[in-house]
Amino acid sequence: MKNLRYTSIDGNSPAYLGLLGFFGLFLLAAFVAFVNMEHEGHWITGMNNQIVWGMPHVFAIFLIVAASGALNVASIASVFGKKLYKPLSRLSAVLAVALLAGGLAVLVLDLGRADRLIVAMTYYNFKSIFAWNIILYNGFFLIVGLYLWTMLDWQVEKYARVAGTAAFIWRLILTTGTGSIFGFLVSRQAYDSALLAPMFVILSFSFGLAIFMLVMFAAFKWTGRPLGDLVVNRLKNLLGVFVAATFYFSAVYHLTNLYMTKKHGIESFILLDGGIYTQLFWWGQIVIGTLLPLLLVYCPRPSKHRFAIGLAAVLVILGGMANLYVIIIGGQAYPIPLLPAEFEYSSTFFDGVVAGYSPSKWEIMLGLGGVALSLFIVAFALKIFRLLPDDLSDNLVSSKS
Amino acid sequence: MNSETPIDQYRRRLLGGSVAALAGLTLAPGVFLQTVQARPADEPVSDRNRWGLLIDTNKCADGCNRCVTACNEENGLKPMHGPTTDPQWIRIVKVKSKSTGYQFQMPVMCQHCEHPPCVDVCPTGASFKRADGIVLVDRHICIGCRYCMMACPYKARSLVHETLTDQKPYMPRGKGTVESCTLCVHKVDRGDGTTACAEACPEQAILFGDLNDSGSEISRRLEQYGGRQLRADLGLNTGVRYQGF
Repeated sequence: MKNLRYTSIDGNSPAYLGLLGFFGLFLLAAFVAFVNMEHEGHWITGMNNQIVWGMPHVFAIFLIVAASGALNVASIASVFGKKLYKPLSRLSAVLAVALLAGGLAVLVLDLGRADRLIVAMTYYNFKSIFAWNIILYNGFFLIVGLYLWTMLDWQVEKYARVAGTAAFIWRLILTTGTGSIFGFLVSRQAYDSALLAPMFVILSFSFGLAIFMLVMFAAFKWTGRPLGDLVVNRLKNLLGVFVAATFYFSAVYHLTNLYMTKKHGIESFILLDGGIYTQLFWWGQIVIGTLLPLLLVYCPRPSKHRFAIGLAAVLVILGGMANLYVIIIGGQAYPIPLLPAEFEYSSTFFDGVVAGYSPSKWEIMLGLGGVALSLFIVAFALKIFRLLPDDLSDNLVSSKS
Repeated sequence: MNSETPIDQYRRRLLGGSVAALAGLTLAPGVFLQTVQARPADEPVSDRNRWGLLIDTNKCADGCNRCVTACNEENGLKPMHGPTTDPQWIRIVKVKSKSTGYQFQMPVMCQHCEHPPCVDVCPTGASFKRADGIVLVDRHICIGCRYCMMACPYKARSLVHETLTDQKPYMPRGKGTVESCTLCVHKVDRGDGTTACAEACPEQAILFGDLNDSGSEISRRLEQYGGRQLRADLGLNTGVRYQGF
C-alpha cells in the first residue's frame, strides 16, 4: 500500500464547476417542489389518502437502501481483508454517507410537517420500527464518519478494522430495519412478511454496488486516473451475484405468496393483471433489472467492455427503481381486505378497488433533488478529501491482491 | 398552591352540590335516561370504561349516509380538492355476498382497537390510545409521515392535504397531520354519552356505549346477539363491533 497515493481533485475546472452547477439546478428544483408542497399541502402531489407514500418514497428508500450497499466495497476490504478493494474504500464510505443524506432529505422534505423534524428527533416511540430507523440512520452517519476518519488519518488507522466491522454490522441492521418498515405492516397483503428484511439487505448490496461502480467510473475517467480491469471485473462479477440473489429473494417471496390462497389476489395483481405494476415487474424488474444486467456482466463478449459493465449498472438501478415502485406503490394500490373474500364491497373512500396514482412533477423534482444532493456531496468531498488513488492500474493492484 | 380555607372548600362543595341537585331535578328526564356517566373534568381518563360502538347492519338503511354528514358537520370536515384527498372519518361501505347475493351497507370508521397498529408504528407517539380505549392523534407532535395510514387495516385515517380554516374549537385539525374518527371524544368527555353518527342515525343502527360496563346497553346487546369485529383475524380487539352479517 505504500506506493499508493491518494489525492483530492483540483475542483477548479469549468467541467467540475459545471457539474456542481448541474446538480445545483436539481437541488433548486427540489427546493421549489418542497416549498410548494409545504405551502399548498399534499393535494398538489399525486399522493392521496389511498396511496399515502408515493414517488418521493421510491426515491428516498432507493437512496437509503443503496447507501448501506455502497459501503460494500469498504466492508470487503476492512472486514474480509480483501486488499484489492482497499484503495476504493474511502470513496465507498463517502458515497454511503452521501446517499443516505440524499435519501433522508427527500423523506424529511416530504413530511406533512417537515418543520417538526425536531419532534421526530426528540420524541421516540420505541415500539415503532420507524423510530428505530431514525436512530439507525443517525448512527450510520456517526459510525461511517468515524470509519472514514480511520481511513483518512494515519494516526488512527489501526482502528480501521474495528470501525469497518462496526459499520458493516450497523449497515446490516439498518437495511433490516428499512425492510421491516414494510415487513411489520400487517394491514396490507403485499407486506406483512419477514422476508422483506433480508430482501432489502440484498437489494442494498445490488443497488449500492451499481451506484458505486458508476460513480467510480466517472470519478476515475473525469479526473484522468487509470482504472485497471482487474478490480472492475471483480466488481462486475460481484454485481452479477447480487442481481441473481435479488432475483432469488423475489422469486421466493412470490412463490410463498402464490402458495397461500388468501394472497392469490395480490399476486395476480402484481404478476398478471395489475397494469403498470405488472409491466414494471416483468419489464422493469425482471428484464431490465435482472436478465439484461446478468447477460451484460456474464456473457464473455460484452463483459469485456467497460461500457457494457456501466450499462449493466445503469440497468440495475432502473430495475431497482421499478422493483421499489412495485413494492411501495403497487403494494398500496391493491385494495386492503376489509372483509373476507366471500364479500365484494365499495365505498366513497375507494374500498375494494385498485387505487389510482400518477406521480406529480413535484414529487419527481423532490426525488431527483435527493439524487442530486448525494452526487453533489460526493463531488464536493472529492475536492476537499483525498479519496481517490492516483492510479489503480492492474500492475499496481495485482501485486497487492 | 391551594390557598383556599376549609370554609371556602365547604362553601364550594355546598354550592356545587346545590347547583348539581337543581340541575339534576330540572334535567333529569332528559339526561338520566342515558346509561353513560359523565367524567368530571378534573378526573383523569381511566380504563374503567372502554368506549365503543355497536353497528347493526340490518338497521343501516340502504342509501342513507346521515352518519357521514353528521360526522362531517360535527367535526368540521368539508369537501376540498376531491374525494381522493378529502378526509373521511366515516364512510358507508356497500357490501354484497358473492355466493348468495345478499347485500347490505355499513358505516366504517376508526375501529378504536385495543392493540392499534397505528399506535405501534407511529415514530413520535403522536398516535396514542387513551385509557378508555379511544384512539387519537396528537396533532401537535404528528409529523405527517403517514406510517399510521400504511399500518391501519381499516383505511380509517386521512391526511389533511390542504390549509384549513374555520376549524371547530373543540376539534383541532391542521394541514400536514393525520386524523381519524375520535369517537367524538369532545362529546364523550362532555358527558353527552353518544357520538354525532349515533345521534344522527334515524334507524338507531349505531349504538355508543361502554364495553366494560356489563350493564350497558351495548354490552347487553353484544351478550345477547354477539358481535363481529372487522379483520378479527388480526387480533386487534376492536372497540367497534358489527351485528347483522
